[in-house]
Amino acid sequence: MSRLRAEGVTVGYGGEPVVRGLSLDVPEGLVTTIVGPNGCGKSTLLRTLARLLRPSSGRVVLDGEPIADVPTREVSRRLALLPQSPSAPDGLLVRDLVGRGRHPHQRWFRQWSPADEEAVEHALLTTDTWALRDRPIDELSGGQRQRVWVAMTLAQDTDLVLLDEPTTFLDLAHQVDVLDLVGRLNRERGRTVAMVLHDLNLAARYSDLVVVMKDGAIVLQGAPRDVFTVDVLDEVFGLRADVLSDPRTGLPVVVPLGSGAPAPARR
Amino acid sequence: MALLHASPLRVGALSWLVPVRAGLVALAGLVLLLVLVAVDLSVGDFPIPVREVVATLLGGGDAGQRFVVMELRLPQTAVAAGVGAALGLAGALTQTLARNPLASPDILGITEGAALGAVAVVVASGASGYGGGLVAGRLQELGLPVAAFGGSVVTALVLYAFSWRRGLDMQRLVLVGIGLGAALAAATSYLLVNARIQDAASAQVWLSGSLTGRGWEHARPVLVALVVLTPVALLLVRSLNAMLLGDDAARGLGVRLQLTQLGCLVVAVGLTSVSVAAVGPLEFVAFVVPQVALRLTGGSRPPVLASMVAGGVLVVGADLVTRAVLPFALPAGIVTAAIGAPYLIWLLVRTNRGRTA
Repeated sequence: MSRLRAEGVTVGYGGEPVVRGLSLDVPEGLVTTIVGPNGCGKSTLLRTLARLLRPSSGRVVLDGEPIADVPTREVSRRLALLPQSPSAPDGLLVRDLVGRGRHPHQRWFRQWSPADEEAVEHALLTTDTWALRDRPIDELSGGQRQRVWVAMTLAQDTDLVLLDEPTTFLDLAHQVDVLDLVGRLNRERGRTVAMVLHDLNLAARYSDLVVVMKDGAIVLQGAPRDVFTVDVLDEVFGLRADVLSDPRTGLPVVVPLGSGAPAPARR
Repeated sequence: MALLHASPLRVGALSWLVPVRAGLVALAGLVLLLVLVAVDLSVGDFPIPVREVVATLLGGGDAGQRFVVMELRLPQTAVAAGVGAALGLAGALTQTLARNPLASPDILGITEGAALGAVAVVVASGASGYGGGLVAGRLQELGLPVAAFGGSVVTALVLYAFSWRRGLDMQRLVLVGIGLGAALAAATSYLLVNARIQDAASAQVWLSGSLTGRGWEHARPVLVALVVLTPVALLLVRSLNAMLLGDDAARGLGVRLQLTQLGCLVVAVGLTSVSVAAVGPLEFVAFVVPQVALRLTGGSRPPVLASMVAGGVLVVGADLVTRAVLPFALPAGIVTAAIGAPYLIWLLVRTNRGRTA
């Protein structure tokens, strides 16, 4: 049973639709990753699931109710979104940014309850950003900054977490860092995660379900080892690559061949 | 730093986050403002010691003092304080909304819209007193504030319509506003060039922003607007804080984006319109004051209450300077620009790092 699903959604930005008649169930308790070539509509789909975009046809359903009918505040209590390359104003302190995650739970007469304080502390500790809490965001490194943003979505205290390319602009070590954190949220705190990733190997490593998109539609979905095959990489991404098996985990590893190499070895 | 930043205040199930440093700055500013008001009321052709001014305000003083303080000087000082607070708040809201210090009502053309309306009335009515215009007598007296108010509201509507692209595009808002302001200023110049020389001179005085001879009829609309719109602004602050993180993040946090944007603009345009209608365009107040207040409070956006207090201090101070310090009467708008702009530059140099928005 999934709490969040798209039913035949068509979405665009005024002109040609970017996503056409797409249906997707986000399975509860799992990490779902959407991959696909640039411009395939991954982010558009994620933003539609988060109610940031209104589909021209079809609908998104949250807990059995069309999401368009759920009040904005109520949506943000059940579903948190980390947008692509988010930005904070200069001078904003880490704990203030993380504190903003409590916005959906606050009112003008209840702006900083003990529950807010606890949730923010917990988010800072979980993301290992406690020591940074009194520093301005603009003084942090890219990896630290991204962990702080994840802490903000965590403080929002929702069962569903959507992440739009959470590893962009990070070096590999910090990408792994952030995705380890996402994995912990899923396993230890039972969060349902849906995210967009570019790196196929990281998607294979950290996802329960991989959804492959091309030209605004879902080509296939399944467990990483069923999805990442030589043929899929060639047809969807136009990428000639070997798919090896990670000796530690048995998970697929994509090794691009580049031009001039012999035909890919089939696993 | 951390202690001065914000501290929780809890009463039963109710709780607030008190911005301690911003609060202290606002409080200190308020004390300064009260001192300036008292001094402003005491100086003039008929000087009254500050102690007696205070006594008069509290209901004492003789009949002469009561007349001078309560009837002659208090309205003008009240207009100065009110307009300063209104412009400070309007600027803080639009600069926060657009995440851009350029986005103040005087840069976005809203003030120019008011100026065009007012100058059109002056020119059409022959308000210089030589008569012969299209509008005359009581109508023109009534007409100028109304035309200024209308001019700024119409400008704001046009600005809103042109800045809309699947939602309010803030970068577009600033660019459209600057363009609109230039076009309106050109239209105002055209009217002035073609006006009779007396009308042009009379319009010019208004355009410089003058507090001289302002009575309760000018103060009342400003004070009413402040009483009505300040609480609205305070309710919008929480959503504005979330909107500083960008549109997507704000909506993800459950902010109703368009409602908040519209609310902020209505409050800012309302406050700017009544201010310009009362005293003419006081250049730079809405632009400079929130940025000065931001540097004093050290937050991540211009503070609302501290901006209001700082606006009051600047304009009452300008009134005091024009009336008591300078040997000749200078329009207060020139003084606000002359004091405000260099002070901001000094603060920028001193803090030595570019904190914007």
